[in-house]
Amino acid sequence: MPSLKDLRNRISSVKATQKITKAMQMVAAAKLRRAQSAAEAARPYAERMESVLANLASSVTAGGPPLLAGNGKDDTHLLVVATAERGLCGAFNSSIVRLAREHIARLQDQGKTVKILCVGKKGFEQLRRQYERHIIEVIELRGVKQMGFDTADEIGKKIIRMFEEGDFDVATLFFSRFKSVIAQIPTAQQLIPAQIPSNENAAPVEGPQASYEYEPGQDEILSTLLPRNISVQVFRALLENAASEQGARMSAMDNATRNAGDMIKKQTTIYNRSRQAMITKELIEIISGAEAL
Amino acid sequence: MAAFHFELVSPEKHLFSGEVESVVAPGADGQFTVLKDHAPVMTTLKAGVVTVSGGEGKVEKLFVRGGFADVNASGFTILAEQAIPLSEIDVAKVDADIRNAREDISDAKSDDARLAASDKLAQLQELRAAIGG
Repeated sequence: MPSLKDLRNRISSVKATQKITKAMQMVAAAKLRRAQSAAEAARPYAERMESVLANLASSVTAGGPPLLAGNGKDDTHLLVVATAERGLCGAFNSSIVRLAREHIARLQDQGKTVKILCVGKKGFEQLRRQYERHIIEVIELRGVKQMGFDTADEIGKKIIRMFEEGDFDVATLFFSRFKSVIAQIPTAQQLIPAQIPSNENAAPVEGPQASYEYEPGQDEILSTLLPRNISVQVFRALLENAASEQGARMSAMDNATRNAGDMIKKQTTIYNRSRQAMITKELIEIISGAEAL
Repeated sequence: MAAFHFELVSPEKHLFSGEVESVVAPGADGQFTVLKDHAPVMTTLKAGVVTVSGGEGKVEKLFVRGGFADVNASGFTILAEQAIPLSEIDVAKVDADIRNAREDISDAKSDDARLAASDKLAQLQELRAAIGG
């Protein structure tokens, strides 16, 4: 049976923890709002990009450049795993890593070579144990306060450079899609070769398709558009990730705060009960002492 | 004049969306103006000013730093790498950037670095000229 002092200490420490989790929840809520609006602001660009690309790709005959059609091989896979820099956000990081792990296991069963590029520290920490020698690079986003396009562009260019040097054949991006505050969906998306949505989903264009004019030329446009598309996809993934992370952290911290509240209630009951028991015991002692006289 | 739909988006922001009468854009092969029922064209853009005329004398100018323009039957879309409304640009900062770029050119050690710096300077000068004054 813990003493009254022990119980008091326990209650005050849980209270302190509750204050911290409560503060973290509020911070996450504020950051979430910002991240969410950033993710939404980026959406139209990505959608437009997709429809332009779909338009263009449908008119390209005979393969097209390697970024679109692939380089004909399927041996080495690059996995770009985008996670958060920090923990304490529920299952956010581990669910992305789990998806990546399943993917790696499947690829290795098929005898393919796997290379991993980690964006964000947490994913690296979790993958390091099992796949240390597959990880070729870690990009930390520690210093990045507000996700700008430049950050994504750098990562995109790096991926393209590696592709051109023949370091891999297929690139897949892992991130968490932000559906709502309580639902984040870990997603795998193929970057190279680019997956173009079929033209039926794109905005229907009336009139004769053949009359499209290209300046300077179709190939030049495609060859600038495709690398750009990769950066845009990375950018979108990072923004979705940022929003998902804050959402996950918010609900995790909300749970923690509620748990702490429950625990405080339970401990306080025990504390009051044992205090009452002590008082009763003392009273009985006094009364029986008085009776004995 | 008849109106058509115009959209200007950058990765970070949705800058313009609405019905306009004419748009002047800095294409890779020279400036071009888009009016209603323009033939479908797709082109790359260089750094420069996009002038949007919304009818009734309303004119909006935005600086874009490269991107793509797509004209089709459903309207005109610009995917800009970066876009800023001219009214939000700080003249003093641009001047400072131009000075920096000039220094970069004289400091550049390799040809590549010099080329990159002079590209940047050209963009900035384009921007400076657009603001005027």
